[in-house]
Amino acid sequence: MLLPFALFLQAAPEKLLSLHPVDLVIIALYFAMVLGIGFYLKRYTKTGEDFFLAGRDMTAWVAGLSFVAANLGSLELMGWAGSAYQYGILATHWYWIGAIPAMLFLGLVMMPFYYISKTHSVPGYLKLRFGEPARAVSAVSFALMTVLMSGINMYSMALVLKIILGWDISLSIWISSLTVAAYVFLGGLLSAIFNEVLQFFLIWLGALVISILGLIEAGGWSGMVRRIHANFPDQDYTHLWRGLGDFTANPMGIHWTGIVLGLGFVISFGYWTTDFLVVQRVLAARDLRSAKMAPIIGSAFKMAVPFIVILPGLLALAVLPEKLVGESVAGSGAHTYNEVLPLMLARYCGPGLLGLGITALIAGFMSGMAGNVSAFATVWTYDIYRALIRKTASDLHYVAMGRWCTVIGVLISIGTAYLVMQFLSIMDYVQALFATFIAPLFGTVILGMLWKRATPAGGFWGLLVGTGGSLAMWIWLRIDPAALNYIALSPHAKPMAEDMYRALWSWILCVMVTIVVSLLTKPKAHEELAGLVYGATEVPSEGHLPLYQRPVFWAGVVGLLFVVLNLIFW
Amino acid sequence: MHGKGSLSIWFFIGTLLTAYGVLILGAGLYELASPPPFPAVLANLHASIWWGAVLLILGLIYFIRFYPKRK
Repeated sequence: MLLPFALFLQAAPEKLLSLHPVDLVIIALYFAMVLGIGFYLKRYTKTGEDFFLAGRDMTAWVAGLSFVAANLGSLELMGWAGSAYQYGILATHWYWIGAIPAMLFLGLVMMPFYYISKTHSVPGYLKLRFGEPARAVSAVSFALMTVLMSGINMYSMALVLKIILGWDISLSIWISSLTVAAYVFLGGLLSAIFNEVLQFFLIWLGALVISILGLIEAGGWSGMVRRIHANFPDQDYTHLWRGLGDFTANPMGIHWTGIVLGLGFVISFGYWTTDFLVVQRVLAARDLRSAKMAPIIGSAFKMAVPFIVILPGLLALAVLPEKLVGESVAGSGAHTYNEVLPLMLARYCGPGLLGLGITALIAGFMSGMAGNVSAFATVWTYDIYRALIRKTASDLHYVAMGRWCTVIGVLISIGTAYLVMQFLSIMDYVQALFATFIAPLFGTVILGMLWKRATPAGGFWGLLVGTGGSLAMWIWLRIDPAALNYIALSPHAKPMAEDMYRALWSWILCVMVTIVVSLLTKPKAHEELAGLVYGATEVPSEGHLPLYQRPVFWAGVVGLLFVVLNLIFW
Repeated sequence: MHGKGSLSIWFFIGTLLTAYGVLILGAGLYELASPPPFPAVLANLHASIWWGAVLLILGLIYFIRFYPKRK
């Protein structure tokens, strides 16, 4: 996903938009508000529980919106809008089958174990279930990937602002990153969550107007489909599943097995259930029912995101008079796929609305970055510093470490941003590493939660071999591109399809090694697994609650809507 | 909904949306009075006016509902 975006950034056309004074006031007000929230919340973050887990006092709604907002970065907004122009409605799979089943599974099946175990992080859960070595592997990998991803997001935001508005790169990097550092430093996760909820509203209100105006211009959904078919008679851009029976029958070069097993199962479940960046928001919920409801509420909003991200890309196929091009030919002066959202913004938005749209993009970047920084601070402080460097210190000491770690994390990210500036192609590599790292982690966590027989040695070796295996496949593909035929099952597979299958194989490898090693080693005693594993944990019953208060009921409603939407757009 | 603080997150959201509503509605009305030389597509629908009004109403609802003195 990031490579086309990187090429787009490299192409750096002249600036697309000009702001008016009212737009600048809107952007300035946004910065003032997020900093104000940080200063206001500082007084409420005194203990480690406050700073790292927002006092475990969030309602299901706040935790749920924050859960989905932390994932809704502007890189994602602009990138997926561009993908919708390039691949059509197929891009919606990343929001529906690539998210909804996993989010519901997290809420109903996995949250009880995360929450009842009182862990402060996903590596912390691995420590309780499999011991220190498994925690160390996942904590170090996660910390490294998080600062790297944070820097890449930061650099991308600065470049987007330069391309769209002509702003100076360094100025954008320092102002936006120091703002995030300030409000997370002051209020910890509480401040990050409050701001993410605010940012979620701004993203929606800034982007929704494009979809509404676009549909009016195109003559509604049916008018849009008619125009797309007239503009691109040889391609099917408007069906979700119909073209997935063959690798060559759809613009993405992917088969339905890759979408269902690779994306819908391994990558999606790996990301949404084990990536601490998102899981941390749910751990901050005030009770178990809220923790179960938060991902379900988040999934309902996630299911609606295509209406502000994918729809503008489809509308651009229908209404833009010019044809956008791939990044490899961006030098020709034509606009590229990834410019879809700014182009549509410029098409419909006058002064004021333009400022709101740009604020939505900045809010998206900052929510994603705050998510990375707060998760990094927690994992560094609890799973690396306290576990490996200084085991006995006061709570105040760890809070201070968390605060300064926020600043240090941001500074490292800024350094990474400048590094990326020199070696832009690493964006693709890091994304590939990140995507494949979480696949084996999901294998380890899910076996740990659902299989009592999984042993500490099995968990550790499964995670290590699974991660190593995914890296080995990635290296093999770089050395010998013909390996695509074996790994992705087809020489026609595109990079996205390659990621799906590599994730699937590394997950299978992890699960197999975990099972074999576990069967050869001594299991933990039943009483040691209480609160950690299915069958050894007493999950409080919800039978006394009325139906409309039960998480399983709302999960059913979201699940039903998910099926209906897939059938409608089949 | 109040988290740990005495001010609700929804109050902050209401405050910002109200300010944005006023600014965008004002910009829309100004555009109506003196149309720009190169208007946006569908400028005749005056999106800034109705979207600004939506933000203002939404913002005021949250602002008033979650104003601290009304708790």
